[in-house]
Amino acid sequence: MKKILTTPIKDEDLLSLNVGDVVYLTGYLVTCRDVAHRRLIELKRELPVDLKGLAIFHAGPIVRRKDADHFEMVSIGPTTSMRMEKFEKQFIEETGVKLIVGKGGMGPETVEGCQAHKAVHAVFPGGCAVLAATKVEEIERAEWQDLGMPETLWVNRVKDFGPLIISIDTKGNNLFDQNKVKFNAKKGAVIDRIKKEVRFIK
Amino acid sequence: MDKNTASQTLTDIMAKFTAYIGKHLPTDVSEKLAELRAAETNTLASAVYSSMAENQELANKLDRPSCQDTGVIQYFITAGSDFPFLGELEESLRNATLVATKTAPLRHNAVETFDERNTGTNTGDRVPWLDWEIVSGDDGVTIDTYMAGGGCTLPGAAKVLMPGEGYEGVTDFVFDVITNRGINACPPLLVGVGVSTAVETAARLSKKALMRPVGSKHPNEKAAKMETLLEDGLNEVGIGPQGLTGNASVMGVNIESSARHPSTIGVAVSTGCWAHRRGKIRIAADLSYEILSHKGAQL
Repeated sequence: MKKILTTPIKDEDLLSLNVGDVVYLTGYLVTCRDVAHRRLIELKRELPVDLKGLAIFHAGPIVRRKDADHFEMVSIGPTTSMRMEKFEKQFIEETGVKLIVGKGGMGPETVEGCQAHKAVHAVFPGGCAVLAATKVEEIERAEWQDLGMPETLWVNRVKDFGPLIISIDTKGNNLFDQNKVKFNAKKGAVIDRIKKEVRFIK
Repeated sequence: MDKNTASQTLTDIMAKFTAYIGKHLPTDVSEKLAELRAAETNTLASAVYSSMAENQELANKLDRPSCQDTGVIQYFITAGSDFPFLGELEESLRNATLVATKTAPLRHNAVETFDERNTGTNTGDRVPWLDWEIVSGDDGVTIDTYMAGGGCTLPGAAKVLMPGEGYEGVTDFVFDVITNRGINACPPLLVGVGVSTAVETAARLSKKALMRPVGSKHPNEKAAKMETLLEDGLNEVGIGPQGLTGNASVMGVNIESSARHPSTIGVAVSTGCWAHRRGKIRIAADLSYEILSHKGAQL
């Protein structure tokens, strides 16, 4: 059965999740990437959206304007989460955000933030932007539009948004760190074998 | 055909083609992804491959860019010296990008450096980026159109090795880039490797390598062998789709090379994500065209 998280997300919804689990989201998913993080943490500006209990999406979508106040989500997929590593721990602390959706791994600071404040990071498969857009029921608000299309805070009401693969859980586990250990354990022997075959300079 | 009419026709063809490649993967890439999906035995990886396939079906059905990051548009032009509209190409390609940005629609991805302002049109200083090669005596033009997102552009790296490091050093470099930085670039990747003299010659070749079909081989036997060794070796590491582990890491490794200075080995790696959105179109002197990369494509 599908495990669905519904906003507002509570601590107890997340405690039993482990890295590698697949969940879906129903409720509010707000796009929030490089400049929005910088504005809150470095420039000390108040975010125009209260993220307590909600989910953010590291994403810069393609959006079509329908009329003055209405937008259509055309294509929205995750961007590289690691770019937000510098800010994310403090971001979690200040906003009370519970679910961070992005692509690829994040680092030790985010792991600390997730553990201390009971939040998780999850991966939505990169490049699957139309699949994601079809899970957006409506764009309810668009804040900080001065940042341009990719960086605007798009407040999306979503239903069964996923698959979301938990990559950092509330217990200090980091799926991508675990995977890197596996990759590094394998690669040495493979490289040595190839090197013997490519001694073209004699 | 007068030059104005030709410009308009070229703009129209290339605007439609640019929009098209953002919504449909080339045949070689689609086939490779289907093959990797069928061979996958890891449950999570299989689920990701299914999402990828479903996404491409939806992009086709809903006529939308399959990935939101439609890149900074690049055109790799192989122009015949006798193509009658050589002088019209640059402006036509710029206009094609402007038109495709609205019609596709494409994400606004051209930020003027130093001014740090998004132009909102996907055009800007030297953007779209053009790369030229001239073929003597040919009267047509072949254009590889490419949109690389930020994610698969980030791992790109180039370095100049000392000859003592040899092709063994090239192997180390490729593995370092892919296993450290390639994981976040939406694998399974197409890996482009340039082997040459300097950073810029190797880097250009590594990007040209990404224009070659998945499964194609370098004409030199040793280079072709190295492509296979690197591909099999990277797959053995088992990065899997999205770096979540799985049976494969890459769609392939393509090497392009040039003769080199005896004192240096320039090496570069460029990566194409699984959603490798590139297309090859051949335009004849009478501006009739043939799409070479996508079977059965209709503009």
